[in-house]
Amino acid sequence: MSTVANTIFSPELAARFDHLVTIYPLSRSALVPMLLYAQDEIGYVSDAAVAEIAQRLDLVELEVRNVLSYYSMLRTKPAGKYNVQVCTNISCMLRGGYKILDHCKETLGIGHKQTTPDGVFSLEEVECIGACCWAPAMQINYDFHEDLTPEKVDVLFQMYRDGQGKDVK
Amino acid sequence: MPTLVSHPDEVKVISRRFGQGAADIEKYLELDGYKAVQRAIAEGPEWIINTMKASGLRGRGGAGFPTGMKWSFVPKVSEKPKYVLVNGDESEPGTCKDHVLFLHDPHSIIEGTMIAGLAIGSRLGFIYLRGEYRYLLKIVEKAVADAYAKGFLGKNIFGSGIDFDIITQTGAGAYEVGEESALMESLEGKRGVPRIKPPFPAVVGLYGGPTVINNAETIANAPHILLMGGEAYAKLGTERNGGTRLFGISGHVERPGVYELPMGYSLRKAIYEVAGGIKDGKKLKAVVPGGSSCPVLTADEIDVGLDFDQMGKAGTMLGSGGIVVLDETVSIVEFALRVISFYQHESCGWCIPCREGTDWIKKTLTRVHAGGGSKKDIDNVQYLAENMMGRTFCPLGDAAAMPTLGFVKKFRKEFEEYIDGKRVDTPLITIDQLVGAH
Ligand SMILES: Cc1cc2nc3c(=O)[nH]c(=O)nc-3n(C[C@H](O)[C@H](O)[C@H](O)COP(=O)(O)O)c2cc1C
Ligand code: SF4
Ligand code: FES
Repeated sequence: MSTVANTIFSPELAARFDHLVTIYPLSRSALVPMLLYAQDEIGYVSDAAVAEIAQRLDLVELEVRNVLSYYSMLRTKPAGKYNVQVCTNISCMLRGGYKILDHCKETLGIGHKQTTPDGVFSLEEVECIGACCWAPAMQINYDFHEDLTPEKVDVLFQMYRDGQGKDVK
Repeated sequence: MPTLVSHPDEVKVISRRFGQGAADIEKYLELDGYKAVQRAIAEGPEWIINTMKASGLRGRGGAGFPTGMKWSFVPKVSEKPKYVLVNGDESEPGTCKDHVLFLHDPHSIIEGTMIAGLAIGSRLGFIYLRGEYRYLLKIVEKAVADAYAKGFLGKNIFGSGIDFDIITQTGAGAYEVGEESALMESLEGKRGVPRIKPPFPAVVGLYGGPTVINNAETIANAPHILLMGGEAYAKLGTERNGGTRLFGISGHVERPGVYELPMGYSLRKAIYEVAGGIKDGKKLKAVVPGGSSCPVLTADEIDVGLDFDQMGKAGTMLGSGGIVVLDETVSIVEFALRVISFYQHESCGWCIPCREGTDWIKKTLTRVHAGGGSKKDIDNVQYLAENMMGRTFCPLGDAAAMPTLGFVKKFRKEFEEYIDGKRVDTPLITIDQLVGAH
C-alpha cells in the first residue's frame, strides 16, 4: 500500500517512491529522481505527477516546477514512444554527427523536439552524452547507439518499429 | 556497448579489470576486490590519507587538486555528519572515461567511496551519475546491492564496528550540475545553481556537513593505491603528477577509445601511436587536449607531456582527459561556434558575464561563420571572453572563455578569412543547422 491514497503511479513505482523518500538525510533529495522516474512511467511529467510528488515531499507545487524546469531531460509534454537523441557536440560533430541528425530529420520527417504523427518517434539534438570515443552517437530513450552511419540508423529505426529495439519491453 | 581498446604503451592500474566481468562481485573479489578497504580499516584514517598524499594522485574531474590533501582538509570533529560524494556527472564534451569505468569496474568506485569515508570519518556516501547514464546506474545499483548482500556495506563493515552506507543518485540532464556545489544543490533536490565559496565543501558541503567530493575515476584509484602503495603509484607518473589516468581519445584518429596512460605521456605519441594517427592519412590541424573547455593546441604544439603541470606550461589544461583531435579539414570558426553554443546552452544564467558573454560570442561567431562578420568582430569576441575570465560565480564562465580565446588567438587568420569571404575549409555543417541548434 502506498502512503498516498490516490496515487497516479503504478503500484511498483508508488512503492518505490514510498521507499525513496525515506533513504536520504532529507526527503527532498528524492525530488530529481522522482521526477525522472515519473516521466519514465508516464512519458512526461504531468500536472498530476507534479501534484503528487509535491504532496509526497511536502513541498509546494511551485517549488517542484521550479526544479523541473531546470533539468533538460525532464519534459512537461509527451514525446514519442522512442525518443531519439542525437549528439552533435564536438567529438560527434567531427565524425558526422550533423549528418546523422539530418538523416534522422529526413527519415522521420520531423525536426528538433518534434514527434512523428503516429507518436512512435520523437527527435532531439542533444549535447555530449558521454560516448565521444564511439562517435557519432545517439540515445534512443536510455539506450546508447554508437559508431553510427545513416544505414545503421535505418536498421535501428526499423528494429524499434518492429518492437525489437534494445529496451523494448 | 563501448568497444574496449588496448595498446602496449598502456599501464593498466585502474583499467586492469576492464573486460574481465568485474561488475560481478565474485569476479571482483577474485581480482583483489575489497582487500584495500580491509587494509584501510586495519591501518586507520591517518595511514589512508598519508598513502593518498604519497601517491601524488590529483583529481581526475578536471582541476587536478591533490586528493590526499583534499581529504585532509575535512575537520576531524564535526557536529554535522560528513559525506563522501562521487561525481559521475561526466558531461564535459569530449569526455567518456567514467562511462567505461562504471561499466567495467563499478565495485572499485564503491570500494573507493568506502575508503574515502574511512579516511574522513563519514558514514554515508553518494554516487551521482548523470541522468543519461541509466544503464550504468543500473550496473552500479546492482553492485551496491551485491555489496550489501555480502555484508560489505551497512552495519559494522568487515567487523570494524564502523557503519557505512551508499546511496546512488541519478541526475536529469544539466552540465552545470557537474560543478561540485551545483551537484550538492541537485542532490538536495534543487536547481543546480552553484554556491558561493568559501565556505568550501570540505567544511560546509552536502546538507551543510563537511563533504569530500571527487570524480569517479579519482575515487576508483584509491583501492589500487592502498594495495600497491602510494610511492609505487606515484612512480608511474611524473613529479607532482602521480600515477596513470584514463584518456579518451576521440575525433579524427584511427583508433579512438579510452586508454590508460602514465601521467606525463607524450601527447604526440598518444595521438600518433596509441590512437593510430590521424584518420584516413590526413594531416593534424589542432587538438583540444582535455575536454571542450581547454584551450586548443596547434599541430606543432603537441610535443608536450600529458600531466597537469606540463599542460599548464603549454598554455592549456589536462582537464578531464578527453583528447579531441581535429584534422586539416576542420573549420576552426565552426568548431569554436559549436563549443560556445554548448556553453551558452548550459549557462545557468545566474551571473551576467557568463549569461550575456556566451550569448554575445555565439551571436558574433554565427555572423562571422555565415560570412557577414566584420574585422571588429574578432576583437570583440576576444574582448568579451577576456572580460568573462575570473568574473563569474562558478568556473563555467572561464570554461567558455578559455577555449574561445585559444581559437581566436591561435587561428585568427582563419577568422579573418571568413570575414574576407575566403573560406578555406570544407564546411562540416551548414549555418542554418548551427543557428537552429539550440
Ligand atoms: C561547469 C563545471 C562542470 C563540471 N563537471 C564535472 C563533471 O562532470 N565530473 C567531474 O568529476 N567534475 C566536474 N567538474 C569539477 C568539479 O567541480 C570538481 O572539481 C570535481 O568533481 C572534484 O573532483 P576531483 O578532485 O576528483 O577532480 C565540473 C566543474 C565545472 C565548473
Ligand atoms: S558562471 Fe555561468 S554557469 Fe556559473 S553561475 Fe554564472 S551564469 Fe551560472
Ligand atoms: S561529443 Fe557526442 S558523445 Fe561526447
